[in-house]
Amino acid sequence: MQLIACPWCGPREEVEFSYGGQAGVPYPADPAVLSDEQWAHYVFFRDNPKGRFAERWNHSAGCRRWFTAIRDTATYRFERVSRLDDPKPVT
Amino acid sequence: MSPRPPGADLPEHPDLLWRDAEPKRAYDVVIVGGGGHGLATAHYLAKNHGITNVAVLEKGWLAGGNMARNTTIIRSNYLWDESSTIYEHALKLWEGLEEDLDYPILFSQRGVLNLAHTLQDVRDSVRRVEANKLNGVDAEWVEPDEVRKICPIVNTSADIRYPVLGATYQPRAGIAKHDYVAWGFARRADEAGIDLIQDCEVTGFATDGNRVTGVQTTRGTIAAGTVALCAAGHTSVLTDMLGIRVPVQSHPLQALVSELLEPVHPTVVMSNAVHVYVSQAHKGELVMGAGVDSYNGYGQRGAFHIIERQMAAAVELFPVFARAHLLRTWGGIVDTSPDASPIVGRTPYENLYLNCGWGTGGFKATPGIGWALAHTIAHDEPHPSVAPFSLDRFVTGALVDEHGAAAVAH
Repeated sequence: MQLIACPWCGPREEVEFSYGGQAGVPYPADPAVLSDEQWAHYVFFRDNPKGRFAERWNHSAGCRRWFTAIRDTATYRFERVSRLDDPKPVT
Repeated sequence: MSPRPPGADLPEHPDLLWRDAEPKRAYDVVIVGGGGHGLATAHYLAKNHGITNVAVLEKGWLAGGNMARNTTIIRSNYLWDESSTIYEHALKLWEGLEEDLDYPILFSQRGVLNLAHTLQDVRDSVRRVEANKLNGVDAEWVEPDEVRKICPIVNTSADIRYPVLGATYQPRAGIAKHDYVAWGFARRADEAGIDLIQDCEVTGFATDGNRVTGVQTTRGTIAAGTVALCAAGHTSVLTDMLGIRVPVQSHPLQALVSELLEPVHPTVVMSNAVHVYVSQAHKGELVMGAGVDSYNGYGQRGAFHIIERQMAAAVELFPVFARAHLLRTWGGIVDTSPDASPIVGRTPYENLYLNCGWGTGGFKATPGIGWALAHTIAHDEPHPSVAPFSLDRFVTGALVDEHGAAAVAH
């Protein structure tokens, strides 16, 4: 089992965390003007890269706080974690 | 008599089942992905439609991805009409597949039990059984004492953490030998003159307006009249090259086998609630599947705590397994879709067809999707069984929500 470095608690076992999928998908600024296709992309479509991916994780069995991780989906290696009040990470 | 060198008297290599083809410059149809779905599509293109100027491109070795990594469960007891249509069509093809392929596939209709552990499970299961009956799919609800008769090694006592409250039972469900299935399709496609090209990874596409004109590969550029994507967990890698968004997420899905045991397990048992599904292969191994790892991943491996949790569930349900040894574990990459149903058919490119989103359950559909995708390519019109599974359903909202029948356990 790999260790994931929670930005608040430090390295903890993977079982303490839950996955939140792609990071940085904002709620539409003006929902009323979205077409069906734009809604579909907001609701159902997420990036699925092989390689670096900015993701949300939650330390659900620990401090229960969300954070952002840059992780490689091919190697599963966590490259960087950041708190939500840190500047937005760039992949 | 002079000494014989070691190996001089070994038997000849058996006849190869297919040629290791070199890529030609152009094909009428290029299928990307040499797994079960790609090979079955090639077979039915030749058999049903006489289309044989076809290449199947495989980045590794034939059928070495999910086709080599699944738990071989075949069933058609899905809830909705759309799903039971395509899976039942596949099951009917499975029932004649050995004759069609003229190749043994060890298809064994030993039945599948889908266990219910909670009151809500029971309600959902009974509803699914009734829906199956209306769709002509063999299904029945069985009480715990009947579960025990069908599969005596299941712990049906009331004192386990998640007691067995009953199960759905589909007698025509079963398992097949996944490698033989792939080899059977490959052999027949090869006989028909189709080129199966291994070690040939697609690295890009040539496009002209809304047409794909060819594929760039590690073995050169190949022109194509029509392109079909059958790349399962790697579909997004291909569609990203084409600038198409597809609503799938790739996850590792693990499975494992025990050492070889005497026959102890007469059927297939699945439990969505505790995340384990088990059958016993002809050779004797217990074949067990786990749940997906929660994160996106392309590594064809997963975390060990998933296996640990799955084993805890398996031993609780099957106390007799407690002393079995684990032989090996592995992982595949499954492309999960938002409604746990596949995505098949047209794309924004007029001569590009998509076949993905089968998630954790693509093996059972192999002959059915091969048949339907071949029809779709040959007629440039989605086969009726795949028409409901179009990419645009995520815009129209006509989802086919099979999380109940699919969950992770296939």
